Amino acid sequence: MNGEWLVALLLVIGVLFTLLGSLALILLPDFHSRLHGPSKASTLGLLALLLASALHFGANGQGSWHELLIVLMLFIAAPIGSAVLAQAALRRNVPSVADVRHIAKDAGEPGNSD
Amino acid sequence: MLMHVMPWAFAGLLLAMLLNFWRLLRGPDAVDRALALDALYLNAIALVVLAGIRLNDKSYFEAGLLIALMGFVATVALARFLSHGRVLR
Repeated sequence: MNGEWLVALLLVIGVLFTLLGSLALILLPDFHSRLHGPSKASTLGLLALLLASALHFGANGQGSWHELLIVLMLFIAAPIGSAVLAQAALRRNVPSVADVRHIAKDAGEPGNSD
Repeated sequence: MLMHVMPWAFAGLLLAMLLNFWRLLRGPDAVDRALALDALYLNAIALVVLAGIRLNDKSYFEAGLLIALMGFVATVALARFLSHGRVLR
């Protein structure tokens, strides 16, 4: 019965971090800032949720490696997805609060560096 | 305890997905909409995992894994299309 508290706590932490990521997506001023929300906060929240589910099913005696598989997949996918989105934003010259022109120059002309 | 937390967790995830939908509708540029779709697939995995805990059913993880794979491929393809004008050479 004690494990249930831990599962509930991890659920609350996971949902709060996911909500924080979506709030960042709404409230931050430009695309390069907004990219931080889903790529870090939401991924961390999802990690807590998957941990809660692994604990829940492990306590019921039907634990498995499926949750770890999703975590592994996400932790490979999230940085790559954010990087290609940032590259797309740099090439499209989206408006930014910070000065990103020198980074955009490094990203190269379209069609050169793929 | 778990059953007391569960409705609030579902409500929080629903709120997060509504915020993402707002960015999907409002986003000034196409990359903002691609980012909103990226966040939406992450939240969909969270929702599926939460439903799996609530219904005590392990078969929801396969659905979550499939959403993770497809969402990753979709994000990369969308970003490549937006930056290069094509997905593959």
